[in-house]
Amino acid sequence: MHREHELHNRRWGRNLGVALTLAAFIALVFGLTIAKVQRGDSMQAADHTYRSGLDPATRAPVEPVE
Amino acid sequence: MSDIQADITAQSRTGEAGFGDYVQLLKPRVMSLVVFTALVGLMVAPVSLHPIEALAAIIFIALGGGASGALNMWWDADIDRVMKRTAKRPVPAGTVQAGEALALGLALSGISVVMLGLATNLLAAGLLAFTIFFYAVVYTMWLKRSTPQNIVIGGAAGAFPPMIGWAAATGSISLESVLMFMLIFMWTPPHFWALALFMNSDYSKAKVPMLTVTHGRKVTRTHILVYTIALAPVAVGAAFTSIGGPIYLAVSLLLNALFLLGAWRIWRRPEEAAEADKYAVERRFFALSLAYLFGHFAAFMIEAMPFADTVSAALGWGF
Repeated sequence: MHREHELHNRRWGRNLGVALTLAAFIALVFGLTIAKVQRGDSMQAADHTYRSGLDPATRAPVEPVE
Repeated sequence: MSDIQADITAQSRTGEAGFGDYVQLLKPRVMSLVVFTALVGLMVAPVSLHPIEALAAIIFIALGGGASGALNMWWDADIDRVMKRTAKRPVPAGTVQAGEALALGLALSGISVVMLGLATNLLAAGLLAFTIFFYAVVYTMWLKRSTPQNIVIGGAAGAFPPMIGWAAATGSISLESVLMFMLIFMWTPPHFWALALFMNSDYSKAKVPMLTVTHGRKVTRTHILVYTIALAPVAVGAAFTSIGGPIYLAVSLLLNALFLLGAWRIWRRPEEAAEADKYAVERRFFALSLAYLFGHFAAFMIEAMPFADTVSAALGWGF
């Protein structure tokens, strides 16, 4: 049987830790996005081009989500 | 074991850190206090956040606290190496390079501040950024090695989390959040000076100008008593704001009576008696200080629960 060196075990543990941390971060950002969209927060911001969605003259009132 | 194997093993112990070593850089025990006090600040606020926003706020406040811990370990590696209490930290122990601690601290600082701003609001993010700056630069790089009042002013960094939690929920600062800040701020000196009384040799060796080193133990004992007396009205006074109530008042009166009694015992104690029982009274006071802070914030949390209003109404509480 091939026995893993302690260094490889530690490296595996570190990689797994980083992977799980990144997965948790992605899940959190996804959850935050859903929470903010459901509440009807503005999801657009000024980026130097005309956005009708940001123009108070053309914007339709946002209906609250049931 | 061959020479080559021995060499690989030696290198692996010093050259590559495990995931847990990086977690240790974030001072998980301090982070747990940050999480708890920030959670209370968030829960007692009059505005409630979406549960996911609240979770994100707590995680990023904790991450910001961890980032300042990593920056502290990067800068203080030389004195951590000398002190028995800190010699096993990842940088002095050689498991993590000092540069890695700096990189992790800076990266997490940026991520936590930006993400808290996106998840909640700019005031909360600004307060978190200021807290990291205050702990890493004002306390660690400047005050810690230059003045015996280091932990008095530096204690402000540990006092910010409930204020950040409150700001994350409300977008503002108020009397209540300032009182939660003041409670931790005034509590920090007696807590750390009690520790310094029985860990004095560590600070002497590292040439950190703790009050016990520069002014002696007698003066430190007096300072503990003075700060404990000054702390009591701040702690009890919070009972008469929107985050307090009769349950908090009862808890606070009891804890302050015990804390004052402990401080008085420390003050009147001759050094010979302390050495004879290996600082038993000081150690008990240190343990009590942890219960003191936990008790007050737990009481704030209880007051925020619906049944607390029933208790207040039954007792005719009018504040």
